[in-house]
Amino acid sequence: MGSFSYLGKSDLVIADCDVDAADLHMLLGPDYQRSEDYYSGELAILDQDKCINCGACLSVCQFDGIQSENGTFRIEAMNCEGCGYCQRVCPTNAIQMETQKVGEWYTSSSKVGSTMVHAKLGVGAENSGRLVAQVKNEARRHAKKEGKEIILIDGSPGIGCAVNSALSGADYVVFVTEPSVSGIHDLKRVTELVKGFSIRSGCIINKCDLNSQMLDELITFMADAGIEHIASIPYDETFTAAMLEGKTLVEYDKGPASQVLIKSWEKIKQFAETEGCLK
Amino acid sequence: MKIAIASGKGGTGKTTLATSLSSHLSETQDVVLVDLDVEEPNSRLFIRGDQTHSQSICKQVPEWTGDCSLCGQCQEICNFNAVIKVGTQIMLFPELCHSCRACSELCPESALPLKPRKIGMLNQIQAGNLIFVESRLEIGEQQAVPLISQTKDYIDNHFDESYIIIYDSPPGTSCPVIEASKDADFVILVTEPTPFGLYDLKLAVEVMRKMKKDFGVVVNRDGLGNNDVLDYCDMETIPVLARISNDRRIAELYAAGELIFSTIPEFKEQLLLLERSLELSTVVDPV
Repeated sequence: MGSFSYLGKSDLVIADCDVDAADLHMLLGPDYQRSEDYYSGELAILDQDKCINCGACLSVCQFDGIQSENGTFRIEAMNCEGCGYCQRVCPTNAIQMETQKVGEWYTSSSKVGSTMVHAKLGVGAENSGRLVAQVKNEARRHAKKEGKEIILIDGSPGIGCAVNSALSGADYVVFVTEPSVSGIHDLKRVTELVKGFSIRSGCIINKCDLNSQMLDELITFMADAGIEHIASIPYDETFTAAMLEGKTLVEYDKGPASQVLIKSWEKIKQFAETEGCLK
Repeated sequence: MKIAIASGKGGTGKTTLATSLSSHLSETQDVVLVDLDVEEPNSRLFIRGDQTHSQSICKQVPEWTGDCSLCGQCQEICNFNAVIKVGTQIMLFPELCHSCRACSELCPESALPLKPRKIGMLNQIQAGNLIFVESRLEIGEQQAVPLISQTKDYIDNHFDESYIIIYDSPPGTSCPVIEASKDADFVILVTEPTPFGLYDLKLAVEVMRKMKKDFGVVVNRDGLGNNDVLDYCDMETIPVLARISNDRRIAELYAAGELIFSTIPEFKEQLLLLERSLELSTVVDPV
């Protein structure tokens, strides 16, 4: 992702949608021109002065959000789901729901001059899918304003709400995997998810020299599933060396892994053109 | 006694550690390994055994009876946009529903009875003396937390305090990780000695401190990057419980779905060190 962002120069808009473990900023030198608080979800707040300890709130809460100690009731913030049921049943209006700041999102200029939209989700926060949507919408807005044809999105691992949110509206998906039992297992699950979105996809196999049997299995699976094989990269610690200097691989050196990434980027742009995503 | 294995960054080695640690401990004690990374549950790939139990896990979601006065209170009540009145219809979006039951229980005409909706499968496997439980989120389900929560309930209902429960947690720092580790007695944070590893470790530490959890760090792929992670742990007085060397043999075994500790002595050494560290915290009862 870092290398593709670098290669794309200022012709792209970058969206870092891996909001609860956002690391891309360490490679692309964003300048944090604009910073906005992000609010989502609610938290129940209990006014003890109004509380008559009737326990109606406790009886309806499905999430252990209300706890009772020695006859006193309190909200357990970590468990509160923000549904507001307790507020509705409280006979004395002792509970209010307050919107929560769950993170921040930023618009920056990256070190190659492209606009980068990124975010930081607060620890333990919910609704990462909505913050992802916010980042993407802002990226889309900038792309339109600046006349940029490609938005490059760094997604998160898994298949949950954040991934769904990152995938929605995408024209092309690049999977990154490795030839291992876990790599194949997880790729199969996310492929099934992507099929539901009907988005064309390609795959880069990282650490391809780890296990030749797994590599064969992976390539067979990809062929059967209609996933284009973009490239294979042998295990290379230059990635880490580059990261230690805060650099993407392609700016760090011109070694074999770097060459593969440069070719991959050209392929991805070609796929996007053939698909008609680029006008 | 419950130990959660978590991290900030994905791919640091949680599953490698969880599967080897639980297999090793099960040689002398009663252990249950629980895979709570329900979006991508791949601990099972390393466990050889027979499936002894399987069940669907459901969440309760409202279903419209098709007949009501369309007062629209349900839409007003729902905080998650899962119930919308459109014309003469009540439309429901179960993937957005958090199962709070408010719309169903407060509907003046009882027009939204609750019905179970499958969100995943729970499987139990017997592998020698090790019991393994995993839950797999249905593809298309958006929320991991309800499945993680119900899996933990299953564990609490079936295994008493005589068992060591090890939770292989999801990556990240948001609600799934909180749910997975909130009732753990101790949390092991697995990291790698790189800038990404350190940055995400700091986020994970923030989470642990907010939850007031007892925790320690295991450095995986030690030697790969630099010493910033070790310096950070030293400065923050966070115990480093083990350091697993950056060893290609480990990666190759992992790629093939093999457990590491039985083959690589240096890895086993670190596992024994980890086990002793946990005993020093008086968390694991010495046999």
